[in-house]
Amino acid sequence: MNAPDGITDDTRLTPLRLIIMLFVLTLAGALGWAVCSLPEYSSGLAVTALAELSNSGVLNPVTAAVLNYRGYDTLLEIAVLLLAVIGVWSLAQAEPPAAFEPASPVLLSFMRIVLPLMILIAGYLLWIGSFAPGGAFQGGAVLAGVLVLLRLSNQDFAIWSHEVWLRFCLVLGLSVFIAVAVGVMAGGGKLLEYPRAHAGMLILLIESAALISIALTLAALFVGGRALSDEDSSSASENGVQPK
Amino acid sequence: MTLWNTAPWLVWCIVLPLSAGILTFLFRRAAPWIGIASALGSAIAVAGLAAQVMHSGPLRYSVGGWGVPLGIDLRADGLSVLMLVMSAVIAVAVSVYAACYFSDTDAADKHAAQAHQRAYFWPLWMFLLAGLNGLFLAADIFHLYVTLELLGFAAVSLAALAGKRAAVVAAMRYLLVSLSGSLFFLFGVAILYAAYATVDLTALAGKVQPGPLAWSALALMAAGLLIKGAVFPLHFWLPPAHANAPTPVSALLSALVVKASFYILLRLWFELFSAVVTPATATFLGLLGAGAILWGSAQALHQPRLKLLVAYSTVAQLGYLMLVFPLTQNAGSALTAWSACVYFVLAHACAKTAMFLAAGNIAHAAGHDRIADLDGITQALPLSVAAFALAGISLIGLPPSGGFIAKWMLLQAAIGSGEWGWATLILAGSLLAVAYVLRVLWHAFTQVEVARPLHRVPRTMEWSALALSLLAVLLGLMAARPVELLRTGAPASIHAPGQT
Amino acid sequence: MTLEPYLLYALAGVGLFAIGLYALIARTHLLRKILALNVMGTGVFLFLVAIAYRSEPVADPVPQAMVLTGIVVSVCATGLALALAHRVQTTTGRMVLPENDESGA
Repeated sequence: MNAPDGITDDTRLTPLRLIIMLFVLTLAGALGWAVCSLPEYSSGLAVTALAELSNSGVLNPVTAAVLNYRGYDTLLEIAVLLLAVIGVWSLAQAEPPAAFEPASPVLLSFMRIVLPLMILIAGYLLWIGSFAPGGAFQGGAVLAGVLVLLRLSNQDFAIWSHEVWLRFCLVLGLSVFIAVAVGVMAGGGKLLEYPRAHAGMLILLIESAALISIALTLAALFVGGRALSDEDSSSASENGVQPK
Repeated sequence: MTLWNTAPWLVWCIVLPLSAGILTFLFRRAAPWIGIASALGSAIAVAGLAAQVMHSGPLRYSVGGWGVPLGIDLRADGLSVLMLVMSAVIAVAVSVYAACYFSDTDAADKHAAQAHQRAYFWPLWMFLLAGLNGLFLAADIFHLYVTLELLGFAAVSLAALAGKRAAVVAAMRYLLVSLSGSLFFLFGVAILYAAYATVDLTALAGKVQPGPLAWSALALMAAGLLIKGAVFPLHFWLPPAHANAPTPVSALLSALVVKASFYILLRLWFELFSAVVTPATATFLGLLGAGAILWGSAQALHQPRLKLLVAYSTVAQLGYLMLVFPLTQNAGSALTAWSACVYFVLAHACAKTAMFLAAGNIAHAAGHDRIADLDGITQALPLSVAAFALAGISLIGLPPSGGFIAKWMLLQAAIGSGEWGWATLILAGSLLAVAYVLRVLWHAFTQVEVARPLHRVPRTMEWSALALSLLAVLLGLMAARPVELLRTGAPASIHAPGQT
Repeated sequence: MTLEPYLLYALAGVGLFAIGLYALIARTHLLRKILALNVMGTGVFLFLVAIAYRSEPVADPVPQAMVLTGIVVSVCATGLALALAHRVQTTTGRMVLPENDESGA
């Protein structure tokens, strides 16, 4: 056996593994055979999606599918993002920032150049999503990169120490999405049935709020635990240490 | 009155718990009240929806107004309404129980852990409820995948909430199983979309033809759901995950979460793939169920810990649900078997929640849940032991409980189609259930001279368990309404030509 | 039968799914299991992108939207799984799942 926590793993081909391999190969063969019998050309829903594009409020069919046709999927997906952070926070407390090495001068001067550009790119991706590939998820991923860089250089204490604001920003995307989804029902529409004239504006509103939440969520997953906030520290002093 | 009839209740079933998830995350101190209010609010929405469906038949609701094939539809028929009613009832009872459970500071040593659990239980549970309600209402197989993931993440985080070694390890195993199951399901969805260019359940049902594509999609999706639904022999992850969670979580996981996978399997089998499934695959699923009943009960019989016993009983009871597949093969008894199995889900949900809550009370009072050391617990906790016994009556299937009616209908279907093997199995499973329930009660009712020091158990916790166990027993007396509702929008494949 | 480009990608998706599944079952280290799940997921996403690519005149946007949803879910799953694996390591001292851990109180 190898060291208990090294990445190395026992890779010998035991009889059990041979059986697993045969099973997996059979599965792959059967699936491959099925895939070969797919119809050679199928436009799927592309024609319908393009025909309705002028009613969707955006010019990029993928954004239309994500935020309008199948917007309800995306609503729950934003909920999944928030849920993942709550799940991770319920498990563990973040490593204190002091555990990191002091940032090297090279990293710091690199960041001075690259961070403003990344923020700009995130905004650009958000804006361009309405007529070309891009959108809140892509922009959010870049913005999360900014937060990860700040983390790596030990500069992000301000972000993770204000837990009230942090929570507020994390739920912002889902809250705005739900508010819009339910708000449009007041005009007699169905859930998420944007009025045609305002569809583009409402989608941009949802995406802007989602951008912030997505970026913070991804960065929170990277940090990997809840921040030591005022509330936590006060309850920790009352109740002894947090469960380990 | 018109508002009651036309309001989009099914939207509120999803939006209310989702919003409560946000609020309970933001406002920790008010979280129990927000949670209970949201459980009550969802219950009202479910009641409104049930009234609509009973009044005017199955509903469809196109989110975003796009409709099939571009948009996502929600739908409510007899089956989904019954599932929603089940989750609403359990939600209210468990929320009340949990509000008390997590704020009970009697166990002083657990204080820090409880403050932590209280802070995270509520948002996770609210998202779990939203995922569950969304799943029961979805008419779109890709959306089913999204709700499955929402449900799975919430369930895994809740299972890990206790934070102890056994709970964390069980949750890790649960997460790996849950994620791989979802990916199998998603691959099936992708193949169906590639072949038929739609992901709507009803639209697909009209298009799916037997062939390699449909077979592989069915195999992938069924495999994913069987592993997520802990069907024997893929049940290995369930007992530790359910037994090591905090009590309200155990109840939710056992009563509701595993049922979600079974619900999707029903939808796939009887609607989407009704033209594809064969008697041989139905018998295969039935045999898995038989294995679950025998193995799960046998394991329950020799578990040292009460909560593990209850968890293995879930494995066994899930086996009964799989009998629906072989027993609906005979057209004459198909409707009986179908009603029996859905009724079984309802009865088991009430009984199992009650049993886990009662077991939790017992463990809370005694400070442990070793069955052998529970002598005399009845003297201290008569209500909880009564709840355990009543829930046991439903699990065994004694009249007049809900479990009795469900098993009776299953037996009718088995005997009506001359399937004596399945009938014997159903009876054998009941005998085993008698044995493992009595094993607990034997110890609980043993009189002891000197009562051991026990923790106080809040009244609310005892009464929530008792109320649910009473409901499980009384379900047998009000079977007519649910069975009638179940025929609203029942899939065509279970209606025999003579019965429609 | 000529091998259409989309078919090549679709079959590669099936292959990735199978490789991931093998590693998920056969490997014991939790990081490898989590990576295996990611490989499986990538296989499904590749398959979805391949069938979107098959469409004429433009690529089908609906599977692309599904892949976007799938990726986000997969990122969340990885984050949660890593946090949980870390907890497993801190509580058991090892990055593997113990064989028999049902009865631990």
